[in-house]
Amino acid sequence: MTSVIDWETTPNPVKENRAGIIGKAVDRYEGPLKVTGTAPYAYEVEPPSPPAYGVMLSAPIAKGRITGVDTAAAEASPGVLLVWTYRNAPAQGPRPARYDFFTPSPRPALESDQVYFFGQQVAVVVADTLENATAAAALVNLTFEDGAKAVIFHDHYDEAVDPPGEKDVEIGDFEQAFAAAPVKVDDVWRTPLQNHCQMEPCATTAWWEGDHLTVHTSVQMVRFAQNSLAETLMLPHKNVRLLTRYVGGGFGGKGSFYEDLVLASLAARELGRPVKVALSRQQMMHGTVHRPATEQHVRLGATPDGVLTAMSLMTITHCDRRGNFTEHASNFARNLYAAPNRLTGHRLVRLDLPVASAMRAPGEASGTLSLEVAMDELAEKLGMDPVELRIKNEPPTDPETGKPFSIRQLVRCMKEGAQLFGWDRRLPTPGQVRDGRWLVGLGMAAAIRGNFLLPAKASFTVDADGVITVKQGMTDIGTGTYTVLAQIAAETLGVPLGDVRVEIGDSELPPAPGSGGQFGAATAGSAALDAGMNLRKAIAELAVGDAASPLSGGDPAQVTFQDGVIAIANRSERLSDLIRRNRPDGLTADGEVRPAADAGQWSSHTYGAHYVEVAVDPVTGEVRTRRMLGVFAAGRILNYKTARSQLTGGMIWGVGSALTEGNVVDARYGSLINQDLAGYLVPVQADIGEVEAIMLDEVDDKANPMGIKGVGELGISGAGAAVANAIYNAVGVRVRDYPITPDKLLAALMAAGR
Amino acid sequence: MRPFTYERATDAAAAVKSAAETPNAKFLAGGTNLLDLMKLEIEHPNHLIDVGRLPLAKIEDTAEGGLRIGAMASNSHVAADPRVRARYPVLTQAIVAGGSPQLRNKASVGGNLLQRTRCAYFYDTSKPCNKRAPGSGCGALEGLNRNSAIFGASHACIATHPSDMAVALVALDAEVEVLSPAGQARSFPLMELHRLPGETPDVETHLIPGELITAVVLPPPPKGGQVYRKVRDRASYSAGLASVAIAGGRMALGAVAHKPWRAAEAEAALASGASPAEAIGAELAAASANGRNGFKINLISRLVPAAVAEAREPGRGA
Repeated sequence: MTSVIDWETTPNPVKENRAGIIGKAVDRYEGPLKVTGTAPYAYEVEPPSPPAYGVMLSAPIAKGRITGVDTAAAEASPGVLLVWTYRNAPAQGPRPARYDFFTPSPRPALESDQVYFFGQQVAVVVADTLENATAAAALVNLTFEDGAKAVIFHDHYDEAVDPPGEKDVEIGDFEQAFAAAPVKVDDVWRTPLQNHCQMEPCATTAWWEGDHLTVHTSVQMVRFAQNSLAETLMLPHKNVRLLTRYVGGGFGGKGSFYEDLVLASLAARELGRPVKVALSRQQMMHGTVHRPATEQHVRLGATPDGVLTAMSLMTITHCDRRGNFTEHASNFARNLYAAPNRLTGHRLVRLDLPVASAMRAPGEASGTLSLEVAMDELAEKLGMDPVELRIKNEPPTDPETGKPFSIRQLVRCMKEGAQLFGWDRRLPTPGQVRDGRWLVGLGMAAAIRGNFLLPAKASFTVDADGVITVKQGMTDIGTGTYTVLAQIAAETLGVPLGDVRVEIGDSELPPAPGSGGQFGAATAGSAALDAGMNLRKAIAELAVGDAASPLSGGDPAQVTFQDGVIAIANRSERLSDLIRRNRPDGLTADGEVRPAADAGQWSSHTYGAHYVEVAVDPVTGEVRTRRMLGVFAAGRILNYKTARSQLTGGMIWGVGSALTEGNVVDARYGSLINQDLAGYLVPVQADIGEVEAIMLDEVDDKANPMGIKGVGELGISGAGAAVANAIYNAVGVRVRDYPITPDKLLAALMAAGR
Repeated sequence: MRPFTYERATDAAAAVKSAAETPNAKFLAGGTNLLDLMKLEIEHPNHLIDVGRLPLAKIEDTAEGGLRIGAMASNSHVAADPRVRARYPVLTQAIVAGGSPQLRNKASVGGNLLQRTRCAYFYDTSKPCNKRAPGSGCGALEGLNRNSAIFGASHACIATHPSDMAVALVALDAEVEVLSPAGQARSFPLMELHRLPGETPDVETHLIPGELITAVVLPPPPKGGQVYRKVRDRASYSAGLASVAIAGGRMALGAVAHKPWRAAEAEAALASGASPAEAIGAELAAASANGRNGFKINLISRLVPAAVAEAREPGRGA
């Protein structure tokens, strides 16, 4: 088994970075295709013959059953090829009792007359054109029996249970310590149900050749989706080839897949022609997954000089009736601050709402919105600077497990951020800074997000032109996977970036777990590095064993790779010459990564500090973000440009979480009332003033062979709390029910006599 | 979207004639609202008469010292017109507070006036809505109606009119010019264009079926300052929670009613020397909350005095 010690002590080209390609802010590998509109996303892929088009219908009730099906008019509509409901949909693999996030299993579509949530897909119409399918879909007549439903989260707290297999975690005696603490914060925060709002909706193009299916779809996890689809269709895994070359945003929402994939596949088989199916924006809101709402109770106890003696974050959250997903909003609190007495845990309510699942930084994104504001409240009560309070409670080792940190530079993030941002200009008393009609405030919060490594494989091939091709069943969901894999390959094999090709997003390629949990770059990249190392070895051995090579007879361990040239001291030749002579069809090496057996001995996270300046109109309750700075420590950075984009993207999402984003549930229908991008407001350009992300020089040698970590979820963690704290500094009132919209802030201002 | 037929009108007379002769026809101009509504199965016209290329896009000075703005002038052109910016700054401010630059480039003046509500229940065909499906009920009345009307609502409908531009035009005392299907031109005050919902919220204007808006006419600019203030959840590209247009002694409110709301009570109070707070208080005496939109009453009571003060600052006039 691999040990962390091997990672720490073994040199490799990524660590050495001789050509300086690692970390370089190079442009996106696939950028030109995307900005010219020529990167074919799943729905745009041209199938081998003219496709048919499917349009799905969604249930207009939250719970109940389909009592009547009349498809005659739709079937008679021009161009219609098939209409399916539960009554005539093909047989599919059986749904498991509960889904598990990582285990592939069948996901049958149109499986029964039962409706489990509003927006569940209940029919599909396939026609020769999208227009004909859309027109016919309006003619499908389904009737429903509307059952009693539980959809309003806070009405069902009494039904909350421990999440499966989980218990509260208590260290010391929290209640006693909290009761005895001279300074306390004891407040409740609410976060709403949120949606991913990816630019690209879920979509599939499917076709069959004999009993082999090819699907282009938009998912984050290639192998998971391919295996699950094959099991749904009751086919051997090898009969399904799943491709997902370009993904227009995932954020956790495409960790699984939806009826577009299943029904396009089934309809293509039935009709003997390719079929395309996509979800509408409204179907994306209801018919995929969402981040569930939370209620979080934070209690902090401290000594008058600011030492935390008691800390608790208890979260109630919800999932769907058949689900198991828990928004672990309390988990990060177990690793953030020192306090001898600690209590954290979760309660789960099952509701008749759409499916709850992961959304960018599940846990941290919601949880930091309470605890990191509570710390601000505590700092004020103590008369301390919020940064000083956090530094005072910086733990020497993991505060719950006592494990050493692999590396932790949270304090440095906070200090450097404070200096760069001008934190010393913050006036501790709220409401002191006016700019025209605006009151201006500064706020900060800490950021933390876990670090993960999963098993993965990759292969590298060098061809007779000296071009390296990276192959991996990995995805790029807008994160920069293509680009960082190319950088790793170029640095490892000593070739220019322009001599690297990257092939990902295909189930026929060596498997990688995909994109999620900010484990993508570390996992896929480490496997790629291993494949690159193995290819170096194979090339070196080929060269020293080739009588025609200037390197003939040398020590393979002495071979160097630079600028497309292999050399031992001053004996050299072009890599392409060696391969052309010996392996005109190319030379391939495989690689893999597995988690280290002893990785669990360290507490390994990514960290950061957010600083935000907001302006608040105290007359109207409007909030506008003016400046944001994030300083992050996330291991070695592979590409400062793509990493910065991920971090600032997360920070901007934090503004949305604080100020605008949230789906509201109408109790009468069990549906989300804001179901498009005019009603569900994500930040737009005008909402974000200056935004900058700084990455500290860091290497986490215990994280993986490259010493890198993820940044995809770190940026959002804590960002919204910094906005909330800045609002308080501007106007002196707090709203603990997110998002902080003008109506809520106005009510708080008026309640405070302003 | 349902199948429909399409024609491009060559002149206004032909457009209104076609509208009169074709059942369930609709005029199409910029398409920024109608096409969305068709895709969502909220509107299903059988026939579209494209009036977007009619020669009605000019902005001309009138003999009285005002401006005649062609109904097909794009929102962007109107907002950027130097005469509008100099003499009717409230109109420019209101237009640029609406939509996004892309939408304003496409959207016409006539279409902006006739855009339909952003009420979520109107947009959701699984819900009752008397405006979309007369007689089906109002989903918003007992629902999540944060952004619904506080003036002039009925038990049949509490939707608001979403236009920013129209609020400024009402404050500027604009007139609309229309052409009837019989080819007759008439004009009337723009504040009489839109109706309150009453029992028939699906009927939104006093236009007769097939009538085409051809122009908006602005009288000479009023004496006194002008300002448009819009409160919204995010800085751009979102519907207003409340807005106010002030043009001299006239005032109109937006996002509070089924039509741009001329604040006549407030105007009268201000004219008789009341403070801005007293004046808007007089207007709000007629306001009523419908569940979750009560904050709008507080919001307007605070917003309007701030806007009046802004309008009274030097340099705010025409």
